[in-house]
Amino acid sequence: MTKKNKDFHSISKGADIAITIFFALFSLICIIPFITVIMSSITDEMVLRTNGYSLFPEKISFSAYIYIFKSGKQILQSFGVTVFVTVVGTVISVTMTAFYAYALSRPNFKWKNFFNYLAFFTMLFGGGLVPTYLVVTKVIGIRDTIWALILPIALNAFYIIVMRTFFKTSVPESIIEAAEIDGAGEFKTFLSIVLPISLPSIATIALFTTLGYWNEWFSALLYIDSSEYMPLQYLLMKIESQLEFLLKNASQMGASSGDASKNMPSETIRMAIVVISTLPIACAYPFFQKYFIAGLTVGAVKG
Amino acid sequence: MNAVGVNEKNKTTLKRTKNRLNIKKNMAFLLMVLPGVLWLFLFKYLPMLGIVIAFKDFRYSRGGFIKSLFKSEWIGFDNFKFLFSSNDAYIIVRNTLGYNAIFIIIGTVFSVAFAIMLNEMTRKKLSKFYQTSMFFPYFLSWVIVSYFVYTFLSLDKGIINNILLALGLEKVSWYAEPKHWPGILIFVNNWKNLGYSTVFYLAAICGIDKAYYESAMIDGATKWEQIKYITIPHLKPLIITLTILAIGRIFNADFGLFYNVPKESGPLFPVTNVIDTYVYRGLMKSGDIGMSTATGLFQSFVGFVLIMATNAVVKRVDKDNAIF
Repeated sequence: MTKKNKDFHSISKGADIAITIFFALFSLICIIPFITVIMSSITDEMVLRTNGYSLFPEKISFSAYIYIFKSGKQILQSFGVTVFVTVVGTVISVTMTAFYAYALSRPNFKWKNFFNYLAFFTMLFGGGLVPTYLVVTKVIGIRDTIWALILPIALNAFYIIVMRTFFKTSVPESIIEAAEIDGAGEFKTFLSIVLPISLPSIATIALFTTLGYWNEWFSALLYIDSSEYMPLQYLLMKIESQLEFLLKNASQMGASSGDASKNMPSETIRMAIVVISTLPIACAYPFFQKYFIAGLTVGAVKG
Repeated sequence: MNAVGVNEKNKTTLKRTKNRLNIKKNMAFLLMVLPGVLWLFLFKYLPMLGIVIAFKDFRYSRGGFIKSLFKSEWIGFDNFKFLFSSNDAYIIVRNTLGYNAIFIIIGTVFSVAFAIMLNEMTRKKLSKFYQTSMFFPYFLSWVIVSYFVYTFLSLDKGIINNILLALGLEKVSWYAEPKHWPGILIFVNNWKNLGYSTVFYLAAICGIDKAYYESAMIDGATKWEQIKYITIPHLKPLIITLTILAIGRIFNADFGLFYNVPKESGPLFPVTNVIDTYVYRGLMKSGDIGMSTATGLFQSFVGFVLIMATNAVVKRVDKDNAIF
């Protein structure tokens, strides 16, 4: 049977080879920039300054990484901020989304349509950047706090609708009814029965959310001034123009900032920070890829 | 007379008890949506009220933001008039619409073609590997991508300039010459997003019933005919849905692409400034709150009209493919 199927599907040998080569090249183009950055981060600073970025460094040196772990106080601080925001943000966001979506998925919730539109409408229309900025900074007043990185992106109407569809399609109504007959309240039914069944789908949304928080720099660009709350991504934006950030912390080590700037492997450090902020994604994502794809497919189901 | 009054009274008490019962019965659900509703109110609906700023000459005064909002003078459509009388309005609208239209067309054509080609590959393991590599850039932020681009385009250290030098050609000052940027931005955007949409369409192709292809083969259909009459018609609903969504957002540029990748280089603004970067700069750099809000409102409003209109057209042509 499989043999027969294969015959039905196969294209000509020439076309197969052409496609294979084409995608080999395209895949290479997708990955090469990251490899270039990795190689640049382990290039000797002087070699990098004279030869430029290259896939094949003339002289290898790990001084950028050594520098970061020894005296890159700001970089480690930012790494901590990113990890904290990602973990806390994901927990808050997924909890809020799951509860909201579950209530919408229940046919016996009287006002489910109203609350559905309340969320859906925000996908169609918004106040725009300036009013949002003013509300966050002047009304809610979380400017330059860690919450400015977590709360403004904590809910996404699209995820609510996707998760509602998950609950509707993957949890049989009969199970919920049985639990209710046994006297379980809505919360208990949700936490002890629905949640375990739909864990894979919740994991998908959680993965998207985690990625969103890890990669977030826009909230920081708008709301964060102190280096204390600067996430990695935003640090990368800042150090492009201002290497003083790193120098400030270097001078605390006792060296004068003049010395520090001379000895600091600044070019390679930038590349090393890019590697540090990308590597967790690059390592984890091949394993999670199938969940992402599952999420994409369900997302295509209309709301 | 009296009886009617009593009746009315009974009705209202009945209604009230019914409401109370409803609330009690739905209490658990209401508690579940409460955090989300609070969030939606604070971060989405409160800013929507803030669009009144677009019609005001907003000035800070003592007594905080709310007070200044009430104190600021109504000026009708002056902010909008000012925006459209400037040359900026034309440039940012042209750039936003132009880039997005190209992104939609190229993105759809290439990702559908890529998905069909990947699906036809006989080496399935290799095809999986390709998908993983192509999907990778989608997971990176624009900040990271801007560094990737910089390693290629940097004036004295960039790979491309080094290659040009090695070939005996002149270096190009990439971040100062606007003429290269439409091409660069289109390339980079597709580089980041093509893998995602390809995998998306591929998932849809895998969902097509194999029986269609088998019977087509028995009838002697060639591969091209199978693609033309089976694969593409099956992808049509998905293509339409994604295009409606994209057209609804055609007025919203991807801020990260236009802000981070060109490194805020001034000479490039004529080809990199879009509505979103214009609003951001208006807010953070020049502090013109009234006009930035007006620009944002214009963007939201046109986006809203566009998505409603596209959906209405699709509904009329092909009811099943409308999204709402």
